[in-house]
Amino acid sequence: MIGHGTTGMLGEDGIHVDMNHLKSGEVKNLDVSERRLFGLLSHSQQPLTSTSMAINFKDGVILGADSRTTTGAYIANRVTDKLTQVHDTIWCCRSGSAADTQAVADIVSYHLNMYGVTNNESPTTQVAASLFQELCYENKNQLSAGIIIAGYDPRHGGQVYSIPLGGSLHKQSFAIGGSGSTYIYGYTDAHWRENMTEQEGIDFVRSALQEAIKWDGSSGGVIRLVVLTKRGAVRHLYLPDNGYTGPGATN
Amino acid sequence: MTSIGTGYDLSNSVFSPDGRNFQVEYAVKAVENGGTAIGIRCKGGVVLAVEKIITSKLLKPGANKRIATVDRHVGIVSSGLVPDGRHFVSRARDEASSWRGTYKGPIPISALANRLGGYVQAYTLYSSVRPFGVTSIVGGWDSEAELAVDGQVGTGPKSGAGGKVEGAKVGGPGLFMIEPSGLYWGYYGAATGKGRQAAKAELEKLDLSAEKLSLHDGVKEAARIIYVAHEDSKDKEFELEMTWISSLDGPTQGRHEEVPRELLDEAEKAARRALEGDDEEDEGARGSGEQMEE
Repeated sequence: MIGHGTTGMLGEDGIHVDMNHLKSGEVKNLDVSERRLFGLLSHSQQPLTSTSMAINFKDGVILGADSRTTTGAYIANRVTDKLTQVHDTIWCCRSGSAADTQAVADIVSYHLNMYGVTNNESPTTQVAASLFQELCYENKNQLSAGIIIAGYDPRHGGQVYSIPLGGSLHKQSFAIGGSGSTYIYGYTDAHWRENMTEQEGIDFVRSALQEAIKWDGSSGGVIRLVVLTKRGAVRHLYLPDNGYTGPGATN
Repeated sequence: MTSIGTGYDLSNSVFSPDGRNFQVEYAVKAVENGGTAIGIRCKGGVVLAVEKIITSKLLKPGANKRIATVDRHVGIVSSGLVPDGRHFVSRARDEASSWRGTYKGPIPISALANRLGGYVQAYTLYSSVRPFGVTSIVGGWDSEAELAVDGQVGTGPKSGAGGKVEGAKVGGPGLFMIEPSGLYWGYYGAATGKGRQAAKAELEKLDLSAEKLSLHDGVKEAARIIYVAHEDSKDKEFELEMTWISSLDGPTQGRHEEVPRELLDEAEKAARRALEGDDEEDEGARGSGEQMEE
């Protein structure tokens, strides 16, 4: 028996999982023992219900995510905004427990604002990534949070960091996360190019997310993007009604 | 010492009627008797130097260092009560280490000075403590390179991050002086201790705000200034202790280190020569002056 609940068993004849139990419960959340069980099942640490990604491109970074929030099989929100601003041009993609990742993002946002005023200097993406990592690592047993941090600052340009479940920190040229990401490992790897233009970057993220939404039952709704460059943050929206082709930039 | 007998100097956290905190002023007096300490902010780094008065022939030469390393890129030299200085350094190390714990990178010199200023100031507020009997000079180098997050895995795109604004000046030397009141300023050249007046006069001649003085010239000047400042207390033996922090492409690669033996010897030799030279020039001038009178 693993953990406190009767959620799964590791017997000599293999692993038994009570799927009905896994499908019930808190918004987008799975409890600790269940996550451990998933850890046993595979290395792709993704009992996270959504798809999100962030990429580097020629002038900065682009973040993207679907908009589905689920409570078991029920879609609690079909137009969720999973792209969260923690500073002017530092944003994150939240996946995992909605409550956990919102709380973590709020704390980081507070610290980044304090950093900005006490040091008379905007925090860099590194600072944001450090704070996220500290929180996710030190509280790993209580949290169910997979976070991708993407930010732009004039000194370092665009940067993408990924913090998966255990709280490790990975600097990547692009990062994908959430349950739907398993479906697009091949797609993103095949289509990724360095130094894409903004339009190429947008098309890459949009088409990858579209593919994830197609295959992953836990991902869906609209596609939201945020483009971060020296010009600031620009939000994009793509609706399923027209095959995720528009309307595009919204500010 | 108009404060004596008034009772307003017996405790911290008590103002005199004209708005002074005598305990802090007494702490400043303690500093004024300490060995001269200086810091110079040069183009490619920072030099720290201190006149270490030798109080006994039984002390081992070169031991009992007075300039401490706080973090790889920061050094502190202080003047005044030595044990207070050590405690101050210990706090500075804690602050630097706590910064690394949270932000996974080196603390900027300005941020360290800010935290230390806050720490020292707190010791002027309570009757249960006394103010620090030191004025400390904090010198360091903020890396001009792009820093990774400590412990991160991976480096991002091979072609580098997109959208960088080229030519933006980042990093550089940092020099701050923190007084017993908690007051601190950033300086091009800082001096404290017994010979501070003479040292300040010499520092002002260097035109440091032009940011043209090279680090090597800074080392020479620092040695000379300590020697000049020592002129008024010639009867006492002293050792010159000197450290530096250079830019990443400089001799210390952004680290706080002792100035190498050969360079220190060279600088001391030049300092002695400069002082002797001054004496000769004075004599020469006097001689010609006498000739004019004839």
